[in-house]
Amino acid sequence: MIVLSYFNDLYGTFFATRSRTINTVFVTVISLLALFAVPTLANEYWLQAILIPFLVFALAALGLNLLTGFAGQLSLGTGGFMAVGAYAAFKMTTAWPEMDIIAIFFISGFFAAGVGILFGLPSLRIKGFYLAVATLAAQFFLIWLFNRVPWFYNDNPSGTITAPPRTFAGVMVTGPEAAAEVRYLVALVLLAVFVFFSWNLMRSRFGRAWMAVRDMDVAAEIVGIPLLRTKLLAFGVSSYLCGVAGALFVFLYLGSAETIAFDVNVSFLVLFMIIVGGLGSIAGSIIGAAFITILPIFLTNLNPILGIDLAVDIAKHIEVIIFGGLIIVILILEPHGIARLIAITRERLRI
Amino acid sequence: MRAAMPAEARVGHPEPGEPMLSVEGIALRFGGVQALAGVEFTIYAGEICAIIGPNGAGKTSMLNVLNGAYQPSEGTITFKGRTRRKMHPRVAAMEGMARTFQNVALFKGMSTLDNVMAGRNLKMHSNFVACLLPVGPSRAEEARHRAYADEVISFLEIEDIRNVPVGRLPYGLQKRVELARALAAEPDLLLLDEPMTGMNRSEKAEMCRFVLETKARFGTTMALIEHDMSVVMELSDHIIVLDYGRKIADGTPEEVRNDQTVIDAYLGVATEDDA
Repeated sequence: MIVLSYFNDLYGTFFATRSRTINTVFVTVISLLALFAVPTLANEYWLQAILIPFLVFALAALGLNLLTGFAGQLSLGTGGFMAVGAYAAFKMTTAWPEMDIIAIFFISGFFAAGVGILFGLPSLRIKGFYLAVATLAAQFFLIWLFNRVPWFYNDNPSGTITAPPRTFAGVMVTGPEAAAEVRYLVALVLLAVFVFFSWNLMRSRFGRAWMAVRDMDVAAEIVGIPLLRTKLLAFGVSSYLCGVAGALFVFLYLGSAETIAFDVNVSFLVLFMIIVGGLGSIAGSIIGAAFITILPIFLTNLNPILGIDLAVDIAKHIEVIIFGGLIIVILILEPHGIARLIAITRERLRI
Repeated sequence: MRAAMPAEARVGHPEPGEPMLSVEGIALRFGGVQALAGVEFTIYAGEICAIIGPNGAGKTSMLNVLNGAYQPSEGTITFKGRTRRKMHPRVAAMEGMARTFQNVALFKGMSTLDNVMAGRNLKMHSNFVACLLPVGPSRAEEARHRAYADEVISFLEIEDIRNVPVGRLPYGLQKRVELARALAAEPDLLLLDEPMTGMNRSEKAEMCRFVLETKARFGTTMALIEHDMSVVMELSDHIIVLDYGRKIADGTPEEVRNDQTVIDAYLGVATEDDA
């Protein structure tokens, strides 16, 4: 009961709603579906092509949202920080094959956190677009580094990193033999754990300090918030989550990857997710990731469903047009993203 | 006229009547402009001290020097018995100085409660790991400080807007939230930069009441900048007059009111534009 009321509270804050019963029912149903129904009902394609990338990107979006949406530091280095996590995980699994894969996921984030803090140092002096450019430099530098230094990909002539088969408690989690259901559940549970921690953190003195720095750094300093320490912590936590997401991206989704998987487009994609989902909203990160990863697939499958017969290339163009149009419509309707849109709708409907 | 007394070399919490803060020989330049020159005064514990003067006299600059937003080129600042060449905003906050701004500087995306809680951040010490959990010491600390924040909120009669993002509030209420945030820090010295600008008569009267009640209830020493002379005369125990970056008068409201230099510079003919 305590757990239920807690989740109830959690969900209520996500969407700013009043009815506790509806929230409890909603959260319970979603959790049960995600944990039990989805792995049994969804087929391999759904899990592998849709749900796993969605969960991975939701984690990366959560990481970026903590930095940009909550602490107000604009970053275009997400792809680079994800790459650090992925390459760290790769080096660890190959250097110590007997190491537990879940532990590796958790540890790989710390490497990304360290790199993130390093590249967060300029944030004391520069803000906004200028900081974005500095983090963009991090993005390009990191990708260059992982391309140029063969040590990072174990001198593999193809320059790729490949997820070796590794287990957790006797179950195969990574590698070609790992079942999609297992990989899905690992990604789901990790995302849930980090959402849970992030949500608590944002309600603590640290979350308030981040938001204070975001809203007015001069006033934050006047009330005694240490600017540099606060910003660096935001960079560290954010990059940690992005790093873990990067490791999951290669180990649970791609299987093997080159640096191109983490190029600047990934940084922009994750930034779009949090803008569309809702800056400064934990639920918004997840909703945004769902929107950006799932909607294109939905649109692709719309034509056959509606029975419209279009040439493949035209269908693809129309899909892109609709996708772009929807993003613009959402941002005009509610610049604070889908999370706010849902909250307002629920308030009007009084549910 | 009260003589500027040298601060006693005693660190800690000054008793009422003892110097809370004193400055000596403060000079501040912006390029070629001398904003402050040779300013010295003392603010005594427990009093409400008004810093007045015509526009551009250097009042806000002086406040910024006191809490470290500006660093003076000359002079010393002695706060609670400790003398420094310059302050730093965070050090000032840690030592027990809080302030409000002329144009409110609130955290606009945060609720009233969160703004007030941010004012207490220096009193909260939960570590990072504890803050990741929904139970335990961090939550207990949070609840304890929220109780105090709610006390301040009800003291300033802003319970109705407790959970409203402050960006949506009218100006007068934002001013009050800012005062609440400053009071939440339980400051020894509170600097108020024009707490009543842009307010109508009834809002001003309300703010005056809160300032006087703050003094009565918390015994907070206050230094305030204000243009409305009726407010200044009603509130303050001690008035410091600045003009062109220099102190021209310092004393009780009665003394300042009758001071010929002040009348000439400020209350007399030359001041129509900022009365």
